[in-house]
Amino acid sequence: MIKPCAASMDPAVCQMVEKARELGVETVWDRYQAMLPQCGFGETGLCCRHCLQGPCRIDPFGDGPQKGICGATADVIVARGVDRAIAAGAAGHSGHARHLAHTMKKLAEGSAPDYAIKDRAKLHAVAERNGIPTEGRSDTEIALDLAQRALEDFKENETPPAWLAHTLPEKRLELLSEKGLLPKGIDYEIADVMHRTHYGADADATNLIRAGMRCALGDLDGSYMATDISDILFGTPQPVVTEADLGVLKADAVNVAVHGHNPVLSDVIVTVAPEMEEEARAAGATGINIVGICCTGNEVLMRHGIPACTHSLSQEMALITGAVDAVVVDYQCIMPSLATVAECMGTTLITTTDITRIPGAVHVEFTEERAAEHAREILRLAIQNFARRRGRPVDIPERKSKVVAGFSVEAIVNALAKLNPEDPLKPLIDQLAAGNIRGVCLFAGCNNVKVQQDRNFITMARRLLKENVLLVATGCGAGALMRHGFMDPANVEELCGDGLKAVLKAIGEANGLGGPLPAVLHMGSCVDNSRAVALAVAVANRLGVDLDQLPVVASAPEATAEKAVAIGTYAVTLGLPVHVGVTLPVVGSPFVTNLLTNTAKDLTGGYFIVETRPEAAAEKLLAAIDERRARLGLSVPGGVLR
Amino acid sequence: MTTAVKQKAAKQQKEIFIRPQLCTGCHSCELACAVSHTTDRDLVAAALRGERPPRYIWVDQFDGLKAPTVCRQCKNAPCVTACPTGAMYVADNDIKVCDVNQCIGCWMCVVACPFGAIAQGDGVALKCSRDCMQGEDDIPACVRACPTGALVYMTVAEFAAERRRATAVSSRAR
Repeated sequence: MIKPCAASMDPAVCQMVEKARELGVETVWDRYQAMLPQCGFGETGLCCRHCLQGPCRIDPFGDGPQKGICGATADVIVARGVDRAIAAGAAGHSGHARHLAHTMKKLAEGSAPDYAIKDRAKLHAVAERNGIPTEGRSDTEIALDLAQRALEDFKENETPPAWLAHTLPEKRLELLSEKGLLPKGIDYEIADVMHRTHYGADADATNLIRAGMRCALGDLDGSYMATDISDILFGTPQPVVTEADLGVLKADAVNVAVHGHNPVLSDVIVTVAPEMEEEARAAGATGINIVGICCTGNEVLMRHGIPACTHSLSQEMALITGAVDAVVVDYQCIMPSLATVAECMGTTLITTTDITRIPGAVHVEFTEERAAEHAREILRLAIQNFARRRGRPVDIPERKSKVVAGFSVEAIVNALAKLNPEDPLKPLIDQLAAGNIRGVCLFAGCNNVKVQQDRNFITMARRLLKENVLLVATGCGAGALMRHGFMDPANVEELCGDGLKAVLKAIGEANGLGGPLPAVLHMGSCVDNSRAVALAVAVANRLGVDLDQLPVVASAPEATAEKAVAIGTYAVTLGLPVHVGVTLPVVGSPFVTNLLTNTAKDLTGGYFIVETRPEAAAEKLLAAIDERRARLGLSVPGGVLR
Repeated sequence: MTTAVKQKAAKQQKEIFIRPQLCTGCHSCELACAVSHTTDRDLVAAALRGERPPRYIWVDQFDGLKAPTVCRQCKNAPCVTACPTGAMYVADNDIKVCDVNQCIGCWMCVVACPFGAIAQGDGVALKCSRDCMQGEDDIPACVRACPTGALVYMTVAEFAAERRRATAVSSRAR
């Protein structure tokens, strides 16, 4: 048994890190070491490359230049940098959403026959929310209108985007409107950020950050849309039992890892795989074993119980086992290094979109029109590769954890309805009020090579659960917690404080699970942070308060992607305290740092908490929860107010 | 120490050497030097605290050539010779150091230094005293920070050998 190592808290990952070292295969941890020391100007956000007179860098210690060549100050350079990260993140999430909207449109127009409306109830609910008539109309008519309505959200509109206007609490919408923080359209705000951060445009750091907040709300709009359309096309997740970690690979099966973000491809692969079992067996395999990496893994885990192989930082380690026959990627968070690792380990890397092409990969350009055909072609490549691999030794770590996942808002409300059918949210609110649930924390975001993988997640989750904070998780945050047993109901007894334990048991028993809900509720992929928002909104609406009054916090303790910056910023804009466990490239500007971590409160009620020590971060989140409890007139443990 | 032992020690003494052709002008050495003079030796903590630490290395550009300049730790140091008060002195480890309590800010050391490697503190002369190094086996912060190897920490013999090799290779190529 290999113990946790400097790279990761996951022994399975450590075992593969060791194997990679022995084989001389370069990994993300090697490249990080080679990159040290990292540039301090970049670390502090003080490097600007926005024009050809540059690059410029501001001396954070005041000895060297204090302004860029154009005169931009540290504040301006830092704020522009944050804005562009938000815009990139919003482009990613909304590109994902647009892909789904087009898929639904093609389905409705009859040109994507391999897709179907899997959740009619959700189609009707989302259509009605958007004022699209449903009475006496076919599903395809409704879906076409809804797809067109979705695509409208991208351009510049007179009214705010629909997936904000019809989902956020009235009070929040009024506040956002009053402060000038409502976006006009997703693409509009991304373009607006690119415009105002161009050479010689916006030089007001506060104004720049406000534009970033609008753009981040565009990110939420796209994310929410992506969740809704995914549920309509592929089904709304319901509780499901599965497993996580490298031990889900099978030596004698055709192992196909789906990696990336969008269910548009991965869900079809899962659907057609049974048809291909025969071919797999003919090649000498026991069958096809589809496993997930990153968020597309979460998508098929939530809907089909597909096991999670690994996430984020350790994606290369899945291939190091030597057991992955094909890794099929769509887009986002795919390390280009996969091509080299795949070549070393005999894996076929298959790219499927023009957005993400990687030299060394086999490219199968995926189209919705011929989705099942492409999925079969991809699976066939995997089977062919298995035939080559068959009989060769593989190193699959034994470790895997039981996972109970599938907690969409609908699934959570259904579970609560077993306690109170007339008013499902009441039990949750009663337990919050009574203090059995002290607050709610969303764990989201990535792993980051600067942190021992999963250390911040584990340390913080353990502390918060003991303090009866209800935890929900998405994306690679969910991935981190699930591979360490946080989603196995058997561990509730050890992990949770008494109040939370009782609540999880009561809900589990009312639902006939014969045990509690898991300690951490898996809400889906990173676009599915919208589910966490939807849950918070439902609670706020039920209480008649705004989001910034709820004892709800969020944390991205090991954030990496620009998408995480966008998510964090929309959460702050919605009024939540948001912890980030790695240093953001803003500290070069004391003004912007203070704006994001302090004065944002005056604007939205939300703020960032930057704290790299997980123990201290947990305490700060508890303090933020207690501050909000006290303002609502709820009891605070110990009765002490800060 | 006997003369022979002293000579041997001097030969093993490493110096900061510069390969200007590898300098990209990123100023990372300057930043690392400054960070090594902050309270916690930590960039983010110092930036958040608003510290203003000194630094003793400069990256300048002369026409197309970018190059860092840092105290050469001259054997017969002109700065020490020129100092009228004895503030600039040779420490036990042969490193030239300015005792700011004795410095009168006359800047004779700045006049004397052929490299312009003396910094101006608050009315006193400041210079690299290798105080960034933690232990004898450490390497200077500026060298550690250099991403391209434009700054190296070697003995005179090692660096000279490298130069001879480079010259031989380039003349053969011609």
